[in-house]
Amino acid sequence: MNDTLKRIFDSDLWYSFKRHPLVIVAAILSLACILGAVFAPLLAPHNPFDLKTLNLLDAFTPPAWSASGKGQFLLGTDDQGRDVMSTIMYGSRVSLTVGICAVALSMVIGITLGLISGYVGGALDSFIMRVADVQLSFPAILIALLIDGVARVVIGKNGHDEVAIYVLIFAIAASGWVQYARTVRGSTLVERNKEYVQAARVIGRRPLAIMFSHVLPNVMGPVFVLATLHVGAAIITEATLSFLGVGVPPTQPSLGTLIRIGNDFLFSGEWWITVFPGIMLVILVLSINIIGDWLRDALNPKLR
Amino acid sequence: MKNSSVLLEVRDVAREFDVSKPWLNRVIEGQPKSILKAVDGVSFTINRGETLSLVGESGCGKSTIARVVCGLYPPTRGAVIFDGVDIAKASVNEQQQLRKRFQMIFQDPYASLNPRWRVGKIIAEPLVAHGIMTEKAEIKNRVDQLLTQVGLSPQDQEKFPHEFSGGQRQRISIARALSSNPEFLVCDEPTSALDVSVQAQILNLMKDLQREFGLTYLFISHNLAVVSHISTRVGVMYLGRLVEMADTKTIFNRPLHPYTQMLLSAIPDLRMTGKQRTPVAGEVPNPLNPPSGCTFHPRCPHANDRCKTEAPSMIVADDGSMVSCHAVEEKRIPIKLAA
Repeated sequence: MNDTLKRIFDSDLWYSFKRHPLVIVAAILSLACILGAVFAPLLAPHNPFDLKTLNLLDAFTPPAWSASGKGQFLLGTDDQGRDVMSTIMYGSRVSLTVGICAVALSMVIGITLGLISGYVGGALDSFIMRVADVQLSFPAILIALLIDGVARVVIGKNGHDEVAIYVLIFAIAASGWVQYARTVRGSTLVERNKEYVQAARVIGRRPLAIMFSHVLPNVMGPVFVLATLHVGAAIITEATLSFLGVGVPPTQPSLGTLIRIGNDFLFSGEWWITVFPGIMLVILVLSINIIGDWLRDALNPKLR
Repeated sequence: MKNSSVLLEVRDVAREFDVSKPWLNRVIEGQPKSILKAVDGVSFTINRGETLSLVGESGCGKSTIARVVCGLYPPTRGAVIFDGVDIAKASVNEQQQLRKRFQMIFQDPYASLNPRWRVGKIIAEPLVAHGIMTEKAEIKNRVDQLLTQVGLSPQDQEKFPHEFSGGQRQRISIARALSSNPEFLVCDEPTSALDVSVQAQILNLMKDLQREFGLTYLFISHNLAVVSHISTRVGVMYLGRLVEMADTKTIFNRPLHPYTQMLLSAIPDLRMTGKQRTPVAGEVPNPLNPPSGCTFHPRCPHANDRCKTEAPSMIVADDGSMVSCHAVEEKRIPIKLAA
């Protein structure tokens, strides 16, 4: 353990991290968002899903610093008297879960297909890449909408609310695998012709063993960068879908759902219900993207 | 065949590569397929315990032969017979058994070791892949022993390849190749990426290991000095064909084929300073469109009309040396004895 920590602090990556104040700020912010989301039940001032604690008389309370604000609701309350700050913490939980799971799933799909495509080559490669090309010609959000719509028809309205989050994860993952497949395929084409892969073939390793134990560790660098940036994009996609009303149900609102709910009250003056979840979304995605951008530069040996 | 002195036989092996443009481009531009004959009908045998070197200019097909012999490329034509077994016709099980018995050492020590693996794991890969050893302690002992044999320290197995110099990495490659106790090693220019002082160390290590374990080498090189140091027999290749093959001494003292004579006279030598040389004239022709007849005729000072039309066949002499040249057959070339 100590050894691992020492290696991290000795690495070029840590050195580069220390010299980029913006990245440090972004890391602290996203870490705060993640911790706040993970420990929401412990940290949030109220539980917005416990109906017993809600009081409709508290509805539409403005933020604490305005004239009619109440100290116990720092960022105000929404139409049902739920504390906005608490809903944001619980909401980013859903957003982050969907974002990270969707990215993990599309990584698994994309990396596997990319490795096979690049290593095996031939007709299989052409087939996988043409499918990817076709998919790339649609906007990701459209594919996610399509999958979500089909799932609604297949599962039915009643069952849908329970599995909505899984459908959402799958929909976002299915629209994002292409980038991983292309990146991994490109690097695999380079690695495949290197002599260490040929050495493994002479030794008599099976193709699958070569793909996953030899090639995979050597193509993961760009994939990590892509994944970091993709987490931000996936959270945005989820928010968009939820904003359009095809994402998670209002009983377990994500940041996107919160923004949509608040949007209804924007013109009647209750701006805080939609603006604060929006700010939270911007901070979360922006800081993740800053980290992703930095990773791309820091891991690129040509830019060092 | 089993216990004869011949370990490996390469019988009329050819290997072609399809280098044509994609199908759609060909159809639209109306071009035929273009096939590159990297190796075109090469036959030779290697006896147990000897070192056969293949030399030639870049692009003459020597590395392709090494890869065909190792099974990295299937031959387009012909057969590779290892210890009496035709590799292409062997069952999957037999092939797996054969794989243990031959290994390969690669040219670029910076590319032939997986940069993300520790040296211990790299060297143990053949052991694990063939299930020769399964226990961790046993594997570690074997790796310790191998590292010592190639002149590195057993502690080095915890390190990554980038922590070593080129020569040390080539030692690691050799240790990996030796780990499954093979009888036959294919060495594809193992020293050409190293500087001269390290080259000698690696060659001497390879010679020592050959003596100790009775190894047989197929050695690919373009460096004649290296070849003369290590080989028992030498084959000279030109444009995918073998043009001459003989004992090292014979080749270097009495080269028959005009191409071999050209190559040898190009070796820099302090004793020969100021001596008149036959320069290596011309360039290697495009292998996509090789010359008719003897492929060497456009560069050959002894070429006549027969050379332009008829491809020469191998003439085998009494001492086992082979040459494929019309001019030699017709005794048109004065035999040059090296100084």
